[in-house]
Amino acid sequence: MRPLTEEETSTLFQKLSKYIGENIQLLVDRPDGTYCFRLHKDRVYYVRSVFVGGGQCLWEKKGCSRRGEGGLTELGSAERAPLFASLAISEKILKLAVNISRENLVSLGTCFGKFTKTQKFRLHITALDYLAPYAKHKVWVKPGAEQSFLYGNHVLKSGLGRITENTNQYQGLVVYSMADVPLGFGVAAKSTQDCRKVDPMAIVVFHQGDIGEYVRHEDTLI
Amino acid sequence: MGRKLDPTKKERRGPGRKARKQKGAETELAKFLPPVDDESGKRLSSRARKRAAKRRSESAGAPETKKLSPSPKPLTKDAVQPSGKKGLKASGLKTGSQALFVPAKGKKRPAPPHSDEEEDSEDSDSGNEGGSWPSMDSEDDDMVDDYGVASEEESDEDDEVTYILDTIYVCRTKQFSCLLVFSLCPQLLPIEKAAQKQRAQEAETLSQWSSEDTDEEEEEVEHSPQPKFKNDDEENEDLQINLDKDEKFVLPSDLQSVHQRIQDIVGVLRDFGAQREEGRSRTEYLSRLRKDLATYYSYGDFLIGKIMDIFPLSELVEFLEANEVPRPITLRTNTLKTRRRDLAQALINRGVNLDPLGKWSKTGLVVYDSSVPIGATPEYLAGHYILQGASSMLPVIALAPQEHERILDMCCAPGGKTSYIAQLMKNTGVILANDANADRLKSVVGNLHRLGVTNTIISHDDGRHFPKVVGGFDRVLLDAPCSGTGIISKDPSVKTNKDDKDIKRCAHIQKELLLSAIDSVNAASKTGGYIVYCTCSITVEENECVVEYALKKRNVRLVPTGLDFGQEGFTHFRERRFHPTLRSTRRFYPHTHNMDGFFIAKFKKFSNAIPQSKTSKKSLLIYSNSLATKL
Repeated sequence: MRPLTEEETSTLFQKLSKYIGENIQLLVDRPDGTYCFRLHKDRVYYVRSVFVGGGQCLWEKKGCSRRGEGGLTELGSAERAPLFASLAISEKILKLAVNISRENLVSLGTCFGKFTKTQKFRLHITALDYLAPYAKHKVWVKPGAEQSFLYGNHVLKSGLGRITENTNQYQGLVVYSMADVPLGFGVAAKSTQDCRKVDPMAIVVFHQGDIGEYVRHEDTLI
Repeated sequence: MGRKLDPTKKERRGPGRKARKQKGAETELAKFLPPVDDESGKRLSSRARKRAAKRRSESAGAPETKKLSPSPKPLTKDAVQPSGKKGLKASGLKTGSQALFVPAKGKKRPAPPHSDEEEDSEDSDSGNEGGSWPSMDSEDDDMVDDYGVASEEESDEDDEVTYILDTIYVCRTKQFSCLLVFSLCPQLLPIEKAAQKQRAQEAETLSQWSSEDTDEEEEEVEHSPQPKFKNDDEENEDLQINLDKDEKFVLPSDLQSVHQRIQDIVGVLRDFGAQREEGRSRTEYLSRLRKDLATYYSYGDFLIGKIMDIFPLSELVEFLEANEVPRPITLRTNTLKTRRRDLAQALINRGVNLDPLGKWSKTGLVVYDSSVPIGATPEYLAGHYILQGASSMLPVIALAPQEHERILDMCCAPGGKTSYIAQLMKNTGVILANDANADRLKSVVGNLHRLGVTNTIISHDDGRHFPKVVGGFDRVLLDAPCSGTGIISKDPSVKTNKDDKDIKRCAHIQKELLLSAIDSVNAASKTGGYIVYCTCSITVEENECVVEYALKKRNVRLVPTGLDFGQEGFTHFRERRFHPTLRSTRRFYPHTHNMDGFFIAKFKKFSNAIPQSKTSKKSLLIYSNSLATKL
């Protein structure tokens, strides 16, 4: 387990920005604590290093070097820290995890994805919970098409409920059900304008990952 | 890069010396393996069975032809005239034996492909031997072995006994017709004996097979042999003897009467003084009851004994009955993602019929029936709930995890309890979820990620290593591996495959795990210092005994579990006497609470010191003394 290198960080963030754009900053600097990325057996885990109570935007007391942990920006944590120091409760997930030997550590926090052997980053469905709230472009599928998407199929025009305006072609999307439950990732096959014209059986969203994988690929989930 | 595989240099692999079948393996194995019925080994192929069935049905239609046929005795005797010429002899015998064996077949239709094969083998044999038939006659014994005739005669007879009523007639007629031949013509060629043998087996397998088949076919089979049976009876008196011998064996009495007897015995035992039969002791009644219960509910002798020790008579049958019915499907709302009311609404919209689980649970729902698979709804996949037995929620409620604590779940797979802990802690603090089985950890990873649990570290380690790996936890949940005697409705194989050794082995591991669990807890913790021990077993050896052991070995005391229902743990059991505080442990049974059998004990650790036992102190003293003298 180690922090990501510069290249790994930029690869990861390039990938994430396809789905959440500039909201990536919110992912790293969250109101409920400080989170960092850790690499373990080629998997990238998103772990809370410090928990901050009170539900406000607070930073850790000492501020471990943000750059090393994949933060995009250096934040003025030094000034803020003393203010909320009393509220900060160190949770030591990371600290506890270093006690576990490398072979025995299976997972910690949330797995975001893995680096392939060619050093590309592949997003896993387990990251959905964190990406969905920040998604820039969303698509909602009708209840009838929900099941089909969860079985790993593309979304057809007939199953398309709503789509965010100004979505470009090949833009990364988060797929929602009409009840606003995030279902998976996809890529827009057509831009929003084109979607209006195409026939009902045309594919509008290419399938990338869906929560059905929790059942289908449980063995290879991370 | 990579390994270089040279196909030319590749070593040839084949069965080595050790792979060859070694002598005596069967005899060795026979000791370990349960007695296997012979038929399973000699089962015919499906084709052959079909053919046999066809033959059978035809022969059933034509029993008259057999009656008309000349009595076999003289024919065979004629046929078995000693002669030098092999061809003549073989053919003569063949017709004779065939007429005896399968009369209808022999006369009415051409020999089936089966007998063709036999003839083929005969031909090839004779070809190989180069006309050495006469000499073979003299070496009869050896040849008999080759074809596997001699040794199997008796064994077949024995097997016959195991058949159920429908099939017995068929087999018997078949068999004694073959016995008849054996007795009548002792000079049969080995190949013919083999052929006879095979036919007899065929008939057996057929009868066995047909008994499994539809009623219609059973009827056919039943009809056909009976007239033959009579016919043979008249023919030969010797057969009568055989028959009587077979007739003796006792069929297992039907389950209805066993059930009736169980009820009767229980009735008698309840009011023993008044209702007992004179001259019969209570132990006699009890041993009968034990046998009947084992038969009726198909338990092994060991486990039924254990269960009878635990439960009073009034509960015994109830418990066994409850093990036959599955428990209701329950699910737990994941409050990290949704609320119970919203989830219930969403599921009802999908056509699921459900209700809140009980007063004690704010998150549980019980599912009565569902039009969709409950484990694959979009809500399930989105992590809004997890399927979890009612009894599995109790240990976590007893653990009562607080926010911001450090908690260890020692045997976490498949992650249901772990996620419940995280849910109660609202994803704060740290949970270390450990399991010794790497395969089962995959489901932990899946479940925890699906349910959005983020405060968890998952590790794969032996629980017994634990205070060494990392310690100082506020609370530890130990859901120990156990024999599973509380979840027989889930896994009925437990009924028969557990014995004393398994229970003892489980208990030993549990003791080790519990001690390391206690050692991993920090007694000085402000909020915690608790250990919850639970098993899904109901045996005393795995529960009270283990708890008692921990009480003796470590500075812990039992505290109330915080569950207001469930039965108290035993403070005394047969010859054993436990600490009186064991009353605060809880037992749950399928018949009283409609959840899996479970045991829960909650400890509070009051000191981090490990008490030294007297013996070890003494040995330490001796050791230090000896050191001192040496120095």
